[in-house]
Amino acid sequence: MYKIIKHIMADILRNKVILSYTLLLAIASFSIFALEDTSSKGILSMLNVLLMVVPLFSLIFSTIYIYNSSEFIELLLSQPIPRKTIWRSLYFGLSIAMSLAFFLGSGIWILVFQADYLGFMLLLIGLLLTLGFSSIAFLTALLAKDKAKGIGISIFSWLFFAIIYDGIILFLLFQFSDYPIEKLMIFISFLNPIDLARILLLMQLDVSALMGYTGAIFKDFFGTQMGIIISYLCLIMWILVPFKISENIFAKKDL
Amino acid sequence: MITLEHIDKKFGKFQALQDIQLTCKRGQCIALIGPNGSGKTTLIKTILQMVMPDKGNIIFKGEKVNNQWEYRSKIGFMPQMTRYPENMKIGELIEMMKDIRNMSTNLDEELINAFNLSSMFEKKMGTLSGGTKQKVGACLAFLFQPDLLILDEPTAGLDPLSSEKLLKKVAKEKAKGKTIIISSHILSDLDELVDDVIYMQDGKILFHTKIDELIFETSETKLTKIISRKMGSVHV
Repeated sequence: MYKIIKHIMADILRNKVILSYTLLLAIASFSIFALEDTSSKGILSMLNVLLMVVPLFSLIFSTIYIYNSSEFIELLLSQPIPRKTIWRSLYFGLSIAMSLAFFLGSGIWILVFQADYLGFMLLLIGLLLTLGFSSIAFLTALLAKDKAKGIGISIFSWLFFAIIYDGIILFLLFQFSDYPIEKLMIFISFLNPIDLARILLLMQLDVSALMGYTGAIFKDFFGTQMGIIISYLCLIMWILVPFKISENIFAKKDL
Repeated sequence: MITLEHIDKKFGKFQALQDIQLTCKRGQCIALIGPNGSGKTTLIKTILQMVMPDKGNIIFKGEKVNNQWEYRSKIGFMPQMTRYPENMKIGELIEMMKDIRNMSTNLDEELINAFNLSSMFEKKMGTLSGGTKQKVGACLAFLFQPDLLILDEPTAGLDPLSSEKLLKKVAKEKAKGKTIIISSHILSDLDELVDDVIYMQDGKILFHTKIDELIFETSETKLTKIISRKMGSVHV
């Protein structure tokens, strides 16, 4: 497995797209931290960038990479290598390369300007989102044989998690505002890794005081040690579950 | 060497393979022929389990190998439409395969020399012509001295000279006692090479006969003639 990962990593790190991603993250992160006067505001702006850019890039890049590797996968399949090893190597190679890009692009600036608990949390969330959304991409890339369709599905899933999901939640909140649905809201936010990441970090900032009653309920849950641990576990589930499903599909796929 | 038992495969509603039974003994050379879309490539990919059969057993050297992978180390496969990672150089690709297979000695580099591929090691796979890609595929199939060679239309796209070199190599491996399954539409390539002929149509094996019997039956010597006569008699 190590050997295949090595070859995949070597291939990805030569890719110009991932280099420009690193550069883009570096420029964005540096300018945000340099422009904002308080570092807490910097963290907030960084969070917004990360929650949009990292999932989008991880999804699209991974999906395209899997489609473009179809020849490589076919070649490996005719060799004495188990299917699981091929699929896992592909995932590890890709996600290690992307995590590295995120770390070199944003991580270093976060550590330079904000080397405290919040900074580490932001870094960790960025990495978990990278891993989680490439795992989702591994699943969407198997759902459609056609490349354009596959990329379409992954763009839609990004739209869904980043924008549509919040719209639905807002709609529900207004519709059911007479009912005590705060507990339900906590559960619903587990179903979206982007929301989960956002709430997790916002609860550590002072701005959570402005979020009213729901904010207070959230604070009660996400502010506690237990809540934080559960949230991290849930983010990790978002990495493991889609990947495991995709692995099972790949084990039976015809090429 | 390899036995297929009651292999069924459906792609959606399309029955690609239907109750395929096949035995291939050690040292045999089998020609797999049949019209386009008759399931030849699917059958070959099923042996390698690149296509997973819906039903049936694959038995390699007396062992059932369904859902296993180790047996593929004994197989050299040359695919039909050879597609390789585009931004990899020929040399890198061959090195990578050696690395993955964990073999750097006891390699068969005869074809690499015959095709003079080492002069093109720096070329990227994406820039190669179809024929050159075929050559790379052929070299990779023979490189690891496999016991079973599976060649899917090996000469399609090759120039006559290279095609000749490849067929000579196949004949040489056959003489060494290797088992060979070869599919081709260019039947004249297969004369003097094959022992058995399998004719496929609509996902079924229409007949599996020794070439000697076919020659006796049709009183023709060339495979092209044999097949046209045989198929003519079937349809009439």
